[in-house]
Order: sequence, then structure tokens, then C-alpha cells
Amino acid sequence: MTSIGTGYDLSNSVFSPDGRNFQVEYAVKAVENGGTAIGIRCKDGVVLALEKLVASKLVKPGANKRIATVDRNMGVVSAGLLPDGRHFVARARDEAASWRRLYKAPIPTAALADRMGSYVQAHTLYSSVRPFGVTAILAGWDSEAEVPVDGQVGYGPASGAGGKKEGATHGGPFLYMIEPSGMYWGYYGAATGKGRQAAKSELEKLNLAAGNLTLEQGVKEAARIIYVAHEDSKDKEFELEMTWVSSLKGPTKGRHEEVPREVREEAEKWAKKSLESNGEEDEEDEEDKMEE
Amino acid sequence: MNHFPEAWGRPRDDVYGAYNGAHLASGMPNQHTQSPIVTGTSVVGIKFKDGVVIAADNLASYGSLARFTDVKRLHRFNSKSVLGFGGDVSDMQYLDRLLTSLDIRENYHSADDAALSAKNLHTYLSKVMYKRRSDFNPLWNHILVAGLDTEEKPFLASVDLLGTTFSSPSLATGYGAHLAQPIMRKLVPDEEAAARLGKEEAIQAIKDCMKVLFYRDARSMDRYSIAVITKEGVDLNEDVKLENQSWAFADRIRGYGTQVN
Repeated sequence: MTSIGTGYDLSNSVFSPDGRNFQVEYAVKAVENGGTAIGIRCKDGVVLALEKLVASKLVKPGANKRIATVDRNMGVVSAGLLPDGRHFVARARDEAASWRRLYKAPIPTAALADRMGSYVQAHTLYSSVRPFGVTAILAGWDSEAEVPVDGQVGYGPASGAGGKKEGATHGGPFLYMIEPSGMYWGYYGAATGKGRQAAKSELEKLNLAAGNLTLEQGVKEAARIIYVAHEDSKDKEFELEMTWVSSLKGPTKGRHEEVPREVREEAEKWAKKSLESNGEEDEEDEEDKMEE
Repeated sequence: MNHFPEAWGRPRDDVYGAYNGAHLASGMPNQHTQSPIVTGTSVVGIKFKDGVVIAADNLASYGSLARFTDVKRLHRFNSKSVLGFGGDVSDMQYLDRLLTSLDIRENYHSADDAALSAKNLHTYLSKVMYKRRSDFNPLWNHILVAGLDTEEKPFLASVDLLGTTFSSPSLATGYGAHLAQPIMRKLVPDEEAAARLGKEEAIQAIKDCMKVLFYRDARSMDRYSIAVITKEGVDLNEDVKLENQSWAFADRIRGYGTQVN
């Protein structure tokens, strides 16, 4: 890197003459070494998936979950430094709880993304702190039903002033990705970590903007994409961790939960099969070329 | 300068007069709850062989005024436990929010719907209530906790505004303690009797109690919520109408209500 030795990377919050903040860029490097994490926004829910690299054979399989629940309807997965991810989650939980204390209702996903974006950005401003070594993906389902006030005991007026508005629509699936710079955007499909390039190109093929993908398909695709993203570091073992949040009518009833084992295993089986058949096609292509 | 640290850096009292701290005081002493304002009346609960039945009517009274008629005083906490609140409605709402945040925190690490059993919940609530009474600022409620304990056995216990805890095969708060308890005790005098009682009999007993309470408690109404908690989960119905009322016993009472003469 050309920046080394110039001195502009020694303190946080210092710009280089060409307008870069090197500490933030180094934090991004830390993220690029982490296991791949992705999120897919489907029409009736959101899936989060993580390639959890097995650090040691002495660690219990399936333990040490990395995808965290923030509020009932929201989850966070991050790639990069694990302790930074933990702190990010702790802060997100605090924000969600304080929103509830103040407004007596769950925090909208967009509002949490905004607050966490501000928090992460604040860590680029002071020399006493370092930026977050994580890129976090935030998934949530904002209730499509009229949100009751926490502690509400009655129904309120049935008509007249204070009555309910007919036909109002609320909520839906939301997906945000927050980077070490504090920048956050809403996504149809988000990917970060080591295998993000492969994952991104797979996500683009899904045509998520059309909004046709169902949550069930999304789970399968998420498993497949993690397997595709893992191709480059095949020598290392990994566990697939997946969570989802669906509509109130869906399998999780608006809550963020771990994907049930049977569903996950079926998705993994499908992912491996589609990967194998893809591999065969590639081989056939090569054979064709040989013949030519 | 003198040797009293609290005077250091302040204008001297002998020159400027004593410091006037009037703006620091709020003007009023600290006030704690002296009495409930909007209240719910009795809650009744009874154990049977597979679970617990609990009920409370849907009225919130403002003194003797029937102020709110669609208030749900039974709260489903999870698939294992239901709470019934008697007493102050705003304190009930505070506790509801407290328990919502407890539930969210308990579910951070597992999606297990019933990480806390009814027994755990009752212990937690008893500590909250006792802490508040020790601060001379009680939460003005009498609560029944109904559900299953850690061993999946039927569980029914109460905690009141003083933090007093109590457990019995049948329980009732408020007026119900006088009017409903004798009816239920006849049916389940002890745990053995409760372990033999069937679900339908238990539901019928609770319905009978709600009827007697509506007849005799002036702060009650004829619409109520009833919940049955078993291993299969919580069956909560929040709008049940009192059936088969007969006011024959009161036909000679004159001078109340809408009667003319």
C-alpha cells in the first residue's frame, strides 16, 4: 500500500491529502478476512446466512452462534472481528430497547440501521477510538399488522375521532448493510466477508429487485451462495448458520429465529447438489472445447 | 476561607447572607402511589389435572364508574404461562412492558418460546413487587400467575402489592377471594383433588365463579377473558359473555339500577 510510511494512517480521524481515511480502509481489510455473510430480502421475509469457519476441532459443532437477535423481529450478522461484532450487537440491542422504552413499540428496521450507522460513523471521528472491524448486515420484518402499543389493554375507539384508518398498509421486509465507515444502504441482497465477490455475482443473478423470490426459495439460495462463496477457501471447514424472519403469516410469524434444522439441512443438500451439477456442466463445457 | 469544604468557592454567608436554595427544591415532596386509580377487580384461577384455568373480566373501573369495558387483564407471557392482573391498570401496563423487555432479553440466545416457566415468572414478579413495596412505592396489583412449572406440572401462585406470595390449588384476588374461593375450594380442597379434576369441570367452576362475582361485585361486568394453559399451549379467549344469568334471587330488591319504583 502506498500509504505506508506517509504517517496519515497513524491516527484515526486524520485525512490524507488525497481525502482518504486510512484507518477506515484498514478496518475494511479486517472485514475482508472474515467468513462470508449474506442477507437476502425476499417478498415475504429476509434470510441471513453465514459461513462460520471452524476455528478448532475442539469447539462444539453448532455452538457459539454468530447471528444475533436484536429485537423480536430483527437479526444481525457480521463479518470481520468477532468482538467488534459482539459490541455492535450489544449496542443494537440497547438502541432497540431504548426505542421501546420511549415509543412503546418495536423500532423500525430503518431507524435501527440509521442509529447504528451513526454509531459506527462516530468511531471514525475520534483519535481515542478505532473504527469497527466489521461490516454488519441487519435484517428485519416490520409488522404488517397495525402495531399495538406495548402494554396496550383495549382496542380504542371503533369509529369516529381516534378510529382506525381503513386499508392502511404497514411494514414489510427490510435489509441494511452497515460498513466500517458508517455508510449504510438498504439492499435487496447484501454480501460481505471473504467470499463477497462470488456471493454478490450470485445474488445479482437472482433478480431480487423483481420481488418474486419467496422465503423458502431464499433459504435454499442463501445456502447455495454460501457454498459457492466457500469454493475459494475449500481447504478450511465451515458451518452454515442461517436465520430468517418472515411475515406474520409465514413460518416465524414475524419473529427473527434460527432456520429449523430440517429446513437448513434440506437447503444444504440442495445447495451441494446444484453445486455438483454446475461442476459437471463446467466439465462438459471443457470437453466440448477439447473436441473443437 | 474557613475550614468547611461546603463553603469553599461560595459567596460568604456573613457578607451576602445565607445561600438561597429555593430554586433547587421542586417545591413538593416526593410522592408515591397512595391508592390505585383505574382498577380491575377479581381474578380467579384453578388447577386441574393437566393444567390451569384462569379468568378475569374485561372491566377497568375509575372509582365506581365503569370506565373501560374492553380491557384485557389476562396476559399471555409465553406458551407456558398467563398472568392475571387485579388492581391498578396503569401499574399492570408498566409490568406488561417490563415483562416484554424481559422476554426479549431471554430470547436473545435461543428461540425456545418458553425459556421461562410460570414458576420462574412468579419468582421474578415477587422480587419486583417486594422491591417496590420496600421503596414505599408499591405497584398496586394482585397478580395470579398460571401455567406450567419447570417440570411441566400445573402451577398457580399469587403475588400482591406487598410482595407476599401464596400458592394453592385454587386462587382468587380481590372480591373473588371472598366470593369465588369457597366455591372452588369445595371442588379442589387440596392438591390431590386438583390432580383428579378434569378440564371441563375446571372451566365450568371458573364460569360459575365469574357468574357469582358478576351477581355480587358492583365493580364487575358480564364480559370476561378466560385462558386454559396445558402442555399443548395457551388457549386464551378474550371476549366471553356470561351465560345463563338468572336474577330471580334479586326480584325483591328495589331502588337500584334502571328499575322504576
